Amino acid sequence: MLKYQARIYVTLRPSVLDPAGVAVQSGLKHMGYDNVEQVRIGKYVEVTLDAESEDAARQQLDIICDRLLANPVIENYCFELTQLSEAAGVKG
Amino acid sequence: MKFGVIVFPGSNCDRDVAYVTRDLLAQPTRMVWHEETDISDLDVVVIPGGFSYGDYLRCGAIARFSPVMKATVEHANKGKLVLGICNGFQVLTEAGLLPGALVRNRDLHFICDRVSLRVERTNLPWTQLYQTGQVITLPIAHGEGNYYADADTLAQLEDNDLVLFRYEGENPNGSLNNIAGICNIKGNVLGMMPHPERASDPMLGGTDGMKLFEGLLKVAVGALA
Repeated sequence: MLKYQARIYVTLRPSVLDPAGVAVQSGLKHMGYDNVEQVRIGKYVEVTLDAESEDAARQQLDIICDRLLANPVIENYCFELTQLSEAAGVKG
Repeated sequence: MKFGVIVFPGSNCDRDVAYVTRDLLAQPTRMVWHEETDISDLDVVVIPGGFSYGDYLRCGAIARFSPVMKATVEHANKGKLVLGICNGFQVLTEAGLLPGALVRNRDLHFICDRVSLRVERTNLPWTQLYQTGQVITLPIAHGEGNYYADADTLAQLEDNDLVLFRYEGENPNGSLNNIAGICNIKGNVLGMMPHPERASDPMLGGTDGMKLFEGLLKVAVGALA
């Protein structure tokens, strides 16, 4: 088994209003940053898992994201996968 | 008519619902812990409001995987009645029993208020004691009650008359088409953001929600299947 870390980004689909993003953008505007066109706020999730291979890890993460971490009705997700060194895995 | 009220860690309107069904309506009512798997004794399952699992990740996202939800889906598939109120509505959408999703309120506020609602359809147990087009007042209390669905889903809801309650006048949260409550195509699953259980006892200053619960008593068990 190999140890992997996934950095998962969950973002609202472009068609869904993001009122928090709009509020932050308006805050930036008050600070003078008139050049900021859009702010969208998402979620960042780190998952560490054991898997046979990178492919197996990716497949499992797709299911995890699709079933729980993101709601496909309103959100998109993507992730970056890194294989952790044996030592780092043991230390957690 | 036997009621069951599901209790998730973080549910906080469960006892309000039980007060209505057990004390005001004098119906047998059972509190159902979310780890239970057998709810075959129940006629109506109510998923109450609150903050299941602290609303971590997304409202209703974690609750949807509680053991009792598998039984609730089966209960619904048999044509038996399922009511989701507020967080319960969010759980029902996460579980796929109702389409769409509830997202953050348009103005970012948690809203605790009384709102006017128009009853759109009255040929279902939930609304049979109201008049079509009747405007009622119910409390709302939510931060994520903004109903969202893609254009196709929304058209499907409207074409099949699945919107039971619509905000009348000002839209408090930005919901598409002013949607406050929808049912599934069979009509046996209802999700709504307003709280009918908080408007059922005259002591609380309003009784417009009581007719929803009273309507259920007129339903023969399993008649919807």
